[in-house]
Amino acid sequence: MALVDLMVPKLPDTEVYGALARFPTTRALYRACERVRDAGYTRWDAHTPFPVHGLEKAMGLPSSKLGWVVLVTGLGGAGLGFLLQTWVHTEAYPLVISGKPLFAWPAFVPVTFELGVLGAALGAVIGMLALNKLPMYYHPLFRSKAFERVTDDAFFISIEAWDPKFDLEQTVALLRSCGADEVELIPGEAAAVASASDQAQGRPA
Amino acid sequence: MAQSSDNAYNDPVSGRAPLIVGGHDFHSLTEAVAAPLERKTPLGWWLFFIPSLALLGLFGLSIGWLFWEGTGIWGLNNPVNWGFAIVNFVFWVGIGHAGTLISAILFLFRQKWRTSINRAAEAMTIFAVMCALTFPGIHVGRVWVAYWMFPLPNQMAMWPNFRSPLIWDVFAVSIYGTVSLMFWYVGLIPDLATVRDRAKTHLRRLIYGIFALGWRGSHRAWLHYERAYLLLAALATPLVLSVHSVVSMDFAVAQLPGWHTTIFPPYFVAGAIFSGFAMVISLMVISRVAFKMEDIITVRHLENMAKITLLTGSMVGYAYGIEFFIAWYSSNPYEFGVFVNRALGDYAWAYWIMVTCNVVSPQVFWFKKARTSMPILFVVSIFVNIGMWFERFVIVASSLHHDFLPSSWDYYQATFWDFASLIGSFGLFFTMFCLFCRFLPMVATAEVKTVLPEADPHDGDHKVRIEPATASGAATAEGIA
Repeated sequence: MALVDLMVPKLPDTEVYGALARFPTTRALYRACERVRDAGYTRWDAHTPFPVHGLEKAMGLPSSKLGWVVLVTGLGGAGLGFLLQTWVHTEAYPLVISGKPLFAWPAFVPVTFELGVLGAALGAVIGMLALNKLPMYYHPLFRSKAFERVTDDAFFISIEAWDPKFDLEQTVALLRSCGADEVELIPGEAAAVASASDQAQGRPA
Repeated sequence: MAQSSDNAYNDPVSGRAPLIVGGHDFHSLTEAVAAPLERKTPLGWWLFFIPSLALLGLFGLSIGWLFWEGTGIWGLNNPVNWGFAIVNFVFWVGIGHAGTLISAILFLFRQKWRTSINRAAEAMTIFAVMCALTFPGIHVGRVWVAYWMFPLPNQMAMWPNFRSPLIWDVFAVSIYGTVSLMFWYVGLIPDLATVRDRAKTHLRRLIYGIFALGWRGSHRAWLHYERAYLLLAALATPLVLSVHSVVSMDFAVAQLPGWHTTIFPPYFVAGAIFSGFAMVISLMVISRVAFKMEDIITVRHLENMAKITLLTGSMVGYAYGIEFFIAWYSSNPYEFGVFVNRALGDYAWAYWIMVTCNVVSPQVFWFKKARTSMPILFVVSIFVNIGMWFERFVIVASSLHHDFLPSSWDYYQATFWDFASLIGSFGLFFTMFCLFCRFLPMVATAEVKTVLPEADPHDGDHKVRIEPATASGAATAEGIA
């Protein structure tokens, strides 16, 4: 069950999913992230069309632990590859070819290396997707028309409603005071179920 | 700086040429890259696609006839048991290597100019590996037992021989293809999300949306994403060097004079990068004009690639010379005999085509005029591709046709079906490339945006402490719904 819990996205089940603020430049976004971080918010995120250099410092995020995943899967792939070859030539099918010894470990190096790389690469890709909880085809942020620009030229901060510090008025005021061009409240699950037309009457893009 | 608009000349203040020209901002870059995917299919695309598809049909026909009739339709004979199939295989694997070099090695060296060309070069890698993998699959004669190449449990309790370089090759090339595909796809995710968010129709949004995996540009996600990209680059770098080294061991581990040399792994890797860069130049010279991307894939990008072509071409030329020197220095008359025969014997015509194309023709790239001239770049890159195909032909045919027993010496002559499978494999490659240009973003948009000056949140100055923003920004904010 733990694995399933990890894969299923957890979202606030409130009327309002959270506040979404749009910023005009990377510089404005960087400053705003510093202020949101210093205000003590924890369930929030920045959304950008490309990785903004050093933004994790402004957000107070720790560095990625993906390297450890890759180390384990890489060594696992190499180890299994070496064991496979050893088992094939000494146990399963011990055949002398060209007078080479059965346990010819130097000849096992290329395949061991290649399988190590395969394990590490699979670990990097699958590990990255798992840590990012992707694929996730449903998300309340996709209800925002303005949010479509996140993959083009706009920079956003979203603060989720289940953040202990979240307060409708104060959070929106904070985002505005950070220099947001536009602040929008994203309807949450409860609102979406109650009225599907909420989003249509939301903020203009 | 009269020619500064083509980006080949340095900025007099910073001393470096800008990476992107034409005054682009984030949005105009998105527009420029998305345009070929969103406008009506241009006539020119069909003019490339239909002939490519026809050649792909020829490929299918030649493979079908091969399966029906057997390898006797090729010009193979007793000493020359390996012909075009292995030549084409090594040629295509080599082409692929430039894509990985651009995407992985230049990434590790922080060569920011790579961002404009890495997507197309990686796509080229994948299509080249597809072409390459076809040949070992079809050339085994008894194709219905091709699965013997893989360590699969079977009713005969039989296993592959892991002490043979041929099985190393199966692992090296198939894992290379797999890792390249993953690297390419990871790079594509943010750009697929861009296409998704611009989609005008529901179907389009759905299809691109499925492949974009619900990407939301979250910085928490970018953090893991960038680490994954860095790790994949760090893994692909030794992988690409190992792949062509392993390919060269198919030859070098054999006892045959002309193959049994220790220089082969580095010599093959240099040749692979050389031919791959030539192919990238050929493709980019055409597609940057066809898809109106001269601002993004600039003359400077092509000039840099021409420099790498010159370097690797000279390395290949050095390897040709050292091979001869060692053959003479070894005092082994058989070894030296093979090399004299290579330059002056039955296959001398192929040898001198190889030397002319690979060693002589790239020397024009010592001159800036040649490196920045589109016609010269295109012609030389085609020459290099021809030369590198002949290099593999010379290694295979000239070494095999005079083997240990003079009574079995023979001359290998390719048949119509040999040529059909060679030309047909280009059909597969160009069909895939046309589809790629039409349906996927040709340039890594998210990455290119990071090299624009306004992407830097510190305005280029890391030392200045950014003062907290004032409340003045609130004036522009709108009310709440």
